[in-house]
Amino acid sequence: MTRIDRRFAKLAAEGRAAFVPYVMAGDPDRETSLEIIRGLPAAGADLIEFGLPFTDPMADGPAVQLAGQRALEAGMTLQGTLDLVRALRETDDETPVVIMGYYNPIYSMGVETFLAEAKSAGVDGLIVVDLPPEEDDELCLPAKAAGLNFIRLATPTTDDRRLPKVLSNTSGFVYYVSITGITGAAEATAAAVAPEVARIKSQGGLPVCVGFGIKTPERASEIAKVADGVVVGSAIVERIGAGQSPAEVLAFVKSLADAAHNAKG
Amino acid sequence: MTADGANSFRTGPDERGRFGIYGGRFVSETLMPLILDLEAEYEKAKTDPTFWAEMDDLWTHYVGRPSPLYFAPRLTEELGGAKVYLKRDELNHTGAHKINNVLGQILLARRMGKTRIIAETGAGQHGVATATVCAKFGLKCVVYMGATDVERQKPNVFRMRLLGAEVIPATSGRATLKDAMNEAMRDWVTNIDDTFYCIGTVAGPHPYPAMVRDFQSIIGKETRAQMQEAEGRLPDVLVACIGGGSNAMGLFHPFLDDKDVRIVGVEAGGHGVDERMEHAASLTGGRPGVLHGNRTYLLQDDDGQILEGHSISAGLDYPGIGPEHSWLHDIKRVEYVSVTDAEALDAFQLSCRTEGIIPALEPAHALAHVTKLAPTLPKDSLLVMNMCGRGDKDIFTVAEALGTSI
Repeated sequence: MTRIDRRFAKLAAEGRAAFVPYVMAGDPDRETSLEIIRGLPAAGADLIEFGLPFTDPMADGPAVQLAGQRALEAGMTLQGTLDLVRALRETDDETPVVIMGYYNPIYSMGVETFLAEAKSAGVDGLIVVDLPPEEDDELCLPAKAAGLNFIRLATPTTDDRRLPKVLSNTSGFVYYVSITGITGAAEATAAAVAPEVARIKSQGGLPVCVGFGIKTPERASEIAKVADGVVVGSAIVERIGAGQSPAEVLAFVKSLADAAHNAKG
Repeated sequence: MTADGANSFRTGPDERGRFGIYGGRFVSETLMPLILDLEAEYEKAKTDPTFWAEMDDLWTHYVGRPSPLYFAPRLTEELGGAKVYLKRDELNHTGAHKINNVLGQILLARRMGKTRIIAETGAGQHGVATATVCAKFGLKCVVYMGATDVERQKPNVFRMRLLGAEVIPATSGRATLKDAMNEAMRDWVTNIDDTFYCIGTVAGPHPYPAMVRDFQSIIGKETRAQMQEAEGRLPDVLVACIGGGSNAMGLFHPFLDDKDVRIVGVEAGGHGVDERMEHAASLTGGRPGVLHGNRTYLLQDDDGQILEGHSISAGLDYPGIGPEHSWLHDIKRVEYVSVTDAEALDAFQLSCRTEGIIPALEPAHALAHVTKLAPTLPKDSLLVMNMCGRGDKDIFTVAEALGTSI
């Protein structure tokens, strides 16, 4: 069992949805970023999605693009991202951490080296946007062998014919992308999301977290009623981009987490 | 020998869309069903005689194919070596080879019932070709172009707008072709139902590299027949410029199994291929990585972050290259070299002066290498260079580089 499996088992026992904030590693700089992620568990984060900065984030909207640019300009790297996870683990050994990004920096480091480093840093899972099941031998299967969860994105275009393929080597949870589009774009509605979550859960039974297009506590609460977890990214990194202090950012995270946690109450 | 040990260099890609380790389908899940649909549609069209009959008709009557294979006597004399032939793809409708491929993709889009076409463009030639064919078929057209390129290729921006296309400047990164491609992919992932992404080069996820190559191969097929007719044999050397590499792949592919034909691809060396990385020569100055749906040689830093590169030619200013070129480079079937901005500018003027042909800055790179190579070859050897675009679009850039204002 990974930290992710243990966390979802605990949440299921408590009858709560997970709240999953996304922040970009090293945004706006290493120190501020570390202060924010160290504060996330106390602000109500059940899991943390940690963005790996990349120059060409093709699936991301402007908020996450800019976050990546700020991080890169401040000198963040893949090695630096793993070092931040290591630093988080000094204060928190329970909250699962998922690295989310694109394949090239990982490929550039070398898959074996990366997996060994990620594991020792305390990473629990990977979401790599540009690695569909057709490319599973690149990273998904080696990650599984190394004991890391490989979390797949399912989307509105993932029909019943394709869903088994998408779920086949997925572990930890399934990330349902609630809209066709980039991060932080259109808003997802619970009415549209609910049947999709049910469809994915009926095949394989993994927890389903929903992300892309959730920006407010109200929406987080709505989605939390119909899913196992709610991911919010763009709305948080926008606040970091606007220069809010870690305390302000964490207060916003808490408002989202409270909304998600109380939804099923 | 090819990667699978077969006796041909022309059988790729494999069923995973790979040429050796290059190519593949490195896209987000949202796009996977779309590229699988496209692959299925293309496989059907490939063996459908009505599809190719329609292509041939449009190539003949709309584009003006076959383009001439022209013996360049004064250029040959000036260089004092091989007989230099120019494949005149700059005479195509819209002034470049790009329309060869666009017609194929738009016919596919129509078969798939798509009504909105998106494209990325660097120099604007692919954007103009796409806007043109969309106008002809009454399709909505949106072209993403780096804001830097919008500035340095103004005539083409105006052309696209005249043709009814919406031109959207991409402002991320250094705002060139790479960034335009990112924006086009973001559009595609958002508008999946009605939109067809018309990629302009032999790159992107499978099946694009193979499909675009097949459409551009008309260049090489014609060249074979025309050279047979002119000289009674195949050429000895082929030379073409490479950004993504579609004009080069179109010329090269039909000759890959002719072992005696020497094949040379010319990358943009910008300010010189060195550690400053102010060039766009992915093969000579990059290393393998994954970007824009495929594994290929890329300009990147030690952390795997993509570098911006530089070229005086907006059409070559791209940090990657088509995956089939990466494979041909590794197995050494094709030689890849680079020339600098300054060398390309000299060749640009040479072509104007000796042959009365104003070349685009892209083929001016190929010509710059021809000026080095031709003098070293015997006088009876036959060299074909792909004159893949005309230079009207570049006169402002060239004027500025030469210190003139117009």
